[in-house]
Amino acid sequence: MKESVESVRAADAIAIERTLAGDCDAFRVLVERHSGMIFRLAFRLTGNHQDAEEIVQEAFLRAYQKLEQFASQANFATWVYRIAANYAIDRMRQRKQEDARRQAPSAEMTDEVDQDPLRQIPDAAPTPERLTQSVELRRQMETALQSLTPAERIAFVMRHCDGCGIEEIAAALKSNSGAAKNTVFRAVHKLREMLEPQFAPRATVRAMGTES
Amino acid sequence: MKHLSEEQLIAYQDGESSGRDAAASHINSCVECLAELNRLAEMLAAYQALPVPDPVEDYGRRVWQQIAPRLKEKRGHWWQVFLEPRRLTAAALVAALLLVAFLTGRVSKRTDHGDAALTAEQVRQRVLLLAVGEHLGRSEMVLMEIANAGPEGASIKPVNLSSQRRRAEDLLEENRLYRQTALQEGDTGIANVLDELERVLLDVANGPGNVTPAQFKSIRQRIDDDGLLFKVRVMTKEIERRENTGKQRPAQSGSAKVERNNQA
Repeated sequence: MKESVESVRAADAIAIERTLAGDCDAFRVLVERHSGMIFRLAFRLTGNHQDAEEIVQEAFLRAYQKLEQFASQANFATWVYRIAANYAIDRMRQRKQEDARRQAPSAEMTDEVDQDPLRQIPDAAPTPERLTQSVELRRQMETALQSLTPAERIAFVMRHCDGCGIEEIAAALKSNSGAAKNTVFRAVHKLREMLEPQFAPRATVRAMGTES
Repeated sequence: MKHLSEEQLIAYQDGESSGRDAAASHINSCVECLAELNRLAEMLAAYQALPVPDPVEDYGRRVWQQIAPRLKEKRGHWWQVFLEPRRLTAAALVAALLLVAFLTGRVSKRTDHGDAALTAEQVRQRVLLLAVGEHLGRSEMVLMEIANAGPEGASIKPVNLSSQRRRAEDLLEENRLYRQTALQEGDTGIANVLDELERVLLDVANGPGNVTPAQFKSIRQRIDDDGLLFKVRVMTKEIERRENTGKQRPAQSGSAKVERNNQA
């Protein structure tokens, strides 16, 4: 039996009210109802269970701490999603710095692999369904996604995987809608560059915005 | 012919309205740009289709178990407890206000101060009805499954109630919240049914997945003796009726709570 959007919001509102009234266990209803959605976002962003789970936990802890601020919002799911996205950016940036420090001695070799992971993709261009069934391509797509900056990655996932609006992305990135739009564009452009051999046979690759 | 830039193609694919007609017209007459657009769409579709592992079935519960001790630490200060009564009042107002947003259109806007206060009460009532209506629907299914779980006169084999047990656990916390909220709202009719439901949910949730015939008989007996399934159905109908009445009659008199309690 699927709950309607309205009844979910009503149930959320009651749980929020009870939590704010000091009933800590009431927050459990919100965690149980929305943690799956946050996990899916976090997994897309991080590509691994451990980091995704950390983001989920931290997002709900932060939501709990800031619950009083929720008053002006209409949808708890959107709100906690934004908190998770926000935390994920910080976490991914921090992780990137840690990785850079750890891998500094072998940076040259790593850069070569990370920045151009898709050169060996075969030229044939199968359908999206068949593509994602290919373990190797999936790995390459994930690697390409992970090679984006945290802001680009989150903007791309929010826009093209979860269908969020530009305003929502801007709020998560703590920027304005123009900058958010640019970030989404940059992400798509980079992914295309990295995945170009797969999605466009070499013969037809050409500079866009030019005359033929 | 000047081809569309990548930025224009991405904007077009993204459904952007600015310059859309000109872009569409060009794409329709340019095989290369059409092919490029298809490749772009193909890549985005491939990303959308990338599988994301579904969290395990009781994932939410696991997350809760991990964060619950940390939540208690954060709200356990004496001064917060001291402020509880004030927080309760503020919370009631907050919940009413935040929900006005999504219930706009169902609740009429009033200009004078007195009616605005009534509208807030009405919003709270509607929120409770919405949540409890859905909750009773899900609870009824669990009760019905239990009622039909064992063959008549089952006496030897254990009965598998694992699925019902898991769902009863999920329903239990919500049931408690709605019961308390109904009491706070003075809606004793709903509170009483939820109270009886909670006892059965508690039995099922705390019992084993495979119950002995004797345990099963006891649970069923409890449902039958209390006429619980019947009460849940009657309350569901009553909530539907009240929801419909609320839609037709947005502003109620100040004796709304008294009326509800008399009905109960």
